[in-house]
Amino acid sequence: MAERDHAASDLLTIADKTFSSRLFLGSSKYPSFEVMVKAIEAAETELVTVAVRYMNLDEPNQEGVLDYLRRLNCHLLPNTAGATTVKQAVRMAHLAREATGTNWIKLEVIGDERTLWPDTALTVEATKVLVQDGFVVLPYTSPDLVAAIRLEEAGASAVMPLAAPIGTGQGLLDWIGIRRIVERVSVPVVVDAGLGVPSDAAKAMELGVSAVLVNTAIAEAKDPVAMARAMKHGVVAGRAAYRAGRMPIRHEASPSSPVTGVIGERAASMYPLKEAVG
Amino acid sequence: MGVKTHAKGGRSVRVTVNGRPHEVEPGTTLLEFLQSRAIDVRGVAVARNEEIVPRASLGEVRLDDGDVLEVIRVVAGG
Repeated sequence: MAERDHAASDLLTIADKTFSSRLFLGSSKYPSFEVMVKAIEAAETELVTVAVRYMNLDEPNQEGVLDYLRRLNCHLLPNTAGATTVKQAVRMAHLAREATGTNWIKLEVIGDERTLWPDTALTVEATKVLVQDGFVVLPYTSPDLVAAIRLEEAGASAVMPLAAPIGTGQGLLDWIGIRRIVERVSVPVVVDAGLGVPSDAAKAMELGVSAVLVNTAIAEAKDPVAMARAMKHGVVAGRAAYRAGRMPIRHEASPSSPVTGVIGERAASMYPLKEAVG
Repeated sequence: MGVKTHAKGGRSVRVTVNGRPHEVEPGTTLLEFLQSRAIDVRGVAVARNEEIVPRASLGEVRLDDGDVLEVIRVVAGG
């Protein structure tokens, strides 16, 4: 088991924080803030992501996500969603730290608007800057092994490879890439983006990832609160399976019933033939 | 950008906030400006000329003519 996990209690440690839930949630796309709160409670999550944007001064007291999140006992993880350059991401992170009071940041530097695919080179650069500035950096990345290694070298406190593009619900497209990252980096691996159903989350956990971050799969389910509960079970099941140690995968069949004493078409002896003595 | 002169003899201060022009009384602090706009400073970050002004200092910083302010809030996000 990786040293980053506490063997007996199975708590997850990332930087200065310890979590008993390995399911993190995003706060967007819910039908209402009330549903968001119920989903967060049903998921029993301990960390929720938020974003930062310019305030509309015409509506300064517009109800905000913090009004609702404040009631819950969750850590906040602000993101740099929208950033496409290092300078932009770094500036957003500093403003997010000031607005939320946490030095934790989910670093996103996007390279393509249609897939919201991370620009991993710029993400590595921004990670170095933000680590220097005293942030706990959790970078959103691709399932690329070298990108994950570079992010760890740059001082990231975790790496967050995507399962599939944000909001697509396509599931673990490159699970082998995710497994490669789990095997090679020593910081926690949190699969973030593109999960669609609890079995996706369970599969990620079975590969040995430390946690998953889910937003759209829950917020856009027909019953978000029920899906949040189901996702929680998926994460717990997958993690328990990982700790139980899966059976090996075989290339060919291995019978589950005895190979001796098989009944034939006619009455036969089950004992080995004695050699004729001449 | 011209500067208006008030009857009292002071100049009004013109600032840009989130891209929009605003006029304030000379000597107005950042905190006073936010309060005048009914902005709750919790969950908000303010930058003046691209430098973050810590919450504790908002009451000490007086707005200057030409200041570019950014008022950022926390919103839902993934």
